[in-house]
Amino acid sequence: MTDELDAMKAAMKAAAPLPETEARTAALRLAMENFDRMQASVQGTVPGPRLSSDRPTSEAGVKGVWKMLKQLAGRPALVTATSALALFAVVLVSVPLIQHGPRLIRPAEISQKPDVAPLAQNTLTPNTPTPNAATQAPPKTAAPKVEAPLSSPKVAAGLALPSQTLPSALDEAASGIAAPELDKGAGKDAGTTALNDQSRTIDTPMPAAPPMDAPAVAEGLASGGITLQAIAPQVRFAASPADAMLAAPELGTEAFANAAQNPVHVTAEDPVSTFSADVDTASYAVIRSSLNAGALPPPEAIRIEEMVNYFPYAYPAPTGDQPFAAAISVMPTPWNPGTQLVRIGLQGKMPAIEGRPALNLVFLIDTSGSMEDANKLPLLKQSLRLMLPKLRAEDQVAIVTYAGSAGEVLPPTPASNRAAIEAALDRLDAGGSTAGAEGIELAYQVAKSMARNGAVARVLLATDGDFNVGLSDPEALKTMIESERKSGTYLSVLGFGRGNLDDATMQALAQNGNGTASYIDTLSEAQKVLGDQLTGALFSIADDVKIQVEWNPATVAEYRLIGYETRALRREDFNNDKVDAGEVGAGLQVTALYEITPPGSPALKNDTLRYAPKTDTEGSGELGFLRLRWKAPGVSTSELAEVPITGHEEADADARFAAAIAGFGQLLEGSVYLGDWGWDQAIALAASSKGEDAYGYRAEAVGLMRLGASLSAR
Amino acid sequence: MIRMGDEDDLLARAAQGGDRAAFAALVERHYDRIHSLAWRLTGRRDAAQDLTQDICAALPAKLIAWRGEARFATWLYRVVVNAAHDQRRRAATHARAADGWGTWELARQDEMSEADAAQDWLMTAMARLSPELRDTVALVLGDEMTQGQAAEVLGLSEGTVAWRMSEVKKRLRALAAEEAK
Repeated sequence: MTDELDAMKAAMKAAAPLPETEARTAALRLAMENFDRMQASVQGTVPGPRLSSDRPTSEAGVKGVWKMLKQLAGRPALVTATSALALFAVVLVSVPLIQHGPRLIRPAEISQKPDVAPLAQNTLTPNTPTPNAATQAPPKTAAPKVEAPLSSPKVAAGLALPSQTLPSALDEAASGIAAPELDKGAGKDAGTTALNDQSRTIDTPMPAAPPMDAPAVAEGLASGGITLQAIAPQVRFAASPADAMLAAPELGTEAFANAAQNPVHVTAEDPVSTFSADVDTASYAVIRSSLNAGALPPPEAIRIEEMVNYFPYAYPAPTGDQPFAAAISVMPTPWNPGTQLVRIGLQGKMPAIEGRPALNLVFLIDTSGSMEDANKLPLLKQSLRLMLPKLRAEDQVAIVTYAGSAGEVLPPTPASNRAAIEAALDRLDAGGSTAGAEGIELAYQVAKSMARNGAVARVLLATDGDFNVGLSDPEALKTMIESERKSGTYLSVLGFGRGNLDDATMQALAQNGNGTASYIDTLSEAQKVLGDQLTGALFSIADDVKIQVEWNPATVAEYRLIGYETRALRREDFNNDKVDAGEVGAGLQVTALYEITPPGSPALKNDTLRYAPKTDTEGSGELGFLRLRWKAPGVSTSELAEVPITGHEEADADARFAAAIAGFGQLLEGSVYLGDWGWDQAIALAASSKGEDAYGYRAEAVGLMRLGASLSAR
Repeated sequence: MIRMGDEDDLLARAAQGGDRAAFAALVERHYDRIHSLAWRLTGRRDAAQDLTQDICAALPAKLIAWRGEARFATWLYRVVVNAAHDQRRRAATHARAADGWGTWELARQDEMSEADAAQDWLMTAMARLSPELRDTVALVLGDEMTQGQAAEVLGLSEGTVAWRMSEVKKRLRALAAEEAK
């Protein structure tokens, strides 16, 4: 019965390497040095940087440390806003001593000790170390350099430590902390990348309130506070920001891209709203998989535009040469009688299927060990098999894997040779991981070798979140994808499985590669993503599609764009052809919803300004003006189309269903804009506006809303 | 770890109070154990050595957080497991080049002298397991912990550890069946 385990135990004993004497001695010495240093600093004989202004004067020794520890533990109680949390996460990261990223503070614990909050505010404003402190700092290990990250602005933002160093010190600082005398380079890399990662995280919107565990933070922060210089080498296992901000530990190491909800804008102050088109649907699939697993999705996994865009709508097809037709409708907002909901739908042109260019597809497939689950590699294989019949004889397919069975598994093969492609799929095996597989470079090389006149090239990266595709630096990866995009090869990302999914990276890669990020959790989703949308997802009809709406202050006092938080563009970027935006594939649709408030409505969030110039109430009576910019594929200058929003466009079942889905997303997010409107109303609205629903997507959504309702009632 | 438990706890408490000799004794007696657990968790000699050193260096500060709620040894193991997790996660985000058990094949070619059949089998077997299963194996089999103790270190329920071990058994059996072919 336990033979296997016994064999393993024996093998483990036999194989265990003995520690090297030298390393052992060095480590023990280091431990003692740090012990001494810490004792000294605890007893106040060595003035070190302190995190606490509440000096433990009367309670020297461990007791004082305890006090500080408790105060530090209270720090997260302050953190409610997402942005504050971002700073907090940065603190965790930059003080290179934090260990348990994902388990920080449980919300329950936060609410139990709100009294700590004001204290924490004080304790985190540190004493500026006297020049004395700096000069007397122990010169051993990496002490002088470690101070740099402490005073770097990013840390200062969170910990309010004295800011003495220039921003550019960050990199230097990184190598500083990470290269204690005892380390051999690996640490240096780790430190540098951790900090790179950190700066990336700051740009990337933060998920809200991760569950945390106060003692763990205390442990980490306290140790950080006392002996920052001494234990610098520990940066080697300092949590990366991604760890620190992880939500929902039960989902494993997932990271999501999201930003705070778009706020209400006052039209008179800010009449123009600009964003990039988005045809991704990954968020909806993640939400579905969460709800089906019996858990509410983490709020940061919710991107309403991706939920709304998941569903097909019956928008009129464009006529003539236009790549788009706009389907605008205006209706009362379901959740607020004082406002209106404007639906802007764009329908991409569907070129005659026969006329589509030949496709060169390179599948870049993650075959690392984690892909072995049934909902990963096996599902991927099935999905690709489903897709094969939809390809044409002139299309070409190649398969490149990374991790495990590395390299080109299938050389470029005409789609007509289905037997060869299927055989290659059969050979794919999850297991192991291979160092330095230049997966993505190889994929692009293969794509280049396939280049033919008029063919559309695309790399499809299929992964469960392991982006070890050969380039370890995320920035370098993005740059590469971007430059390949410019040379005509687009990248799409197909996400599989849960638990390891790096949604943020997926988004970033797909956006840089002009492709789509999709999440595939079931075969029917695969059918939708790869099958039904094959032409669309793979064949772009317009690049850099930007949407801009100018609202008329005479008819719209306030407006709010629902979703698209991660897609916001600056107003001036609309006309700047250098600014990248989303790409729309053949036949795809983009839907955006605005909630608008007419002047004088009781639903206005902002009072009218007494001294503001009177807006011209005459005029067109239009609500607003929609402008679209896009580039034909491969062309570098954009085209412009304009449509007025008159306010007389009638809403249909499609618009009402989109509104129900937007409501669904906002319920999951816990939006403040819904008032008393709840799950029952959302379900009723969705159920009554299902329409034809040929594929059953909408019926499924209603089912998910019911699940959401009962889960959130708990 | 059970036998030495009380003594460890006493030493740890003394070290918390500033007793240098107690701390020295504590690190001295645990170094090898940390190292061997680190090796089982990472599957790599160099990674294990680095990790152990990091833990030693951080231990004085970390020790403050030990509250005696768990045995010192249990707590220490948790520190090691967490450190290994952090390292693994970082490696996963960036170059996953360092997944020890997975890259065993490469390492083996470098260290032919160390390789023998039993090790090869171990490496193959470990590479087949998910990181969670490997951690569990590293504790339950490597340290002769009870499933309850391993659960305490991993912060899981005992049932989860039991399930994981049966899962490991299943995978090992599947591996054996494959090898028999």
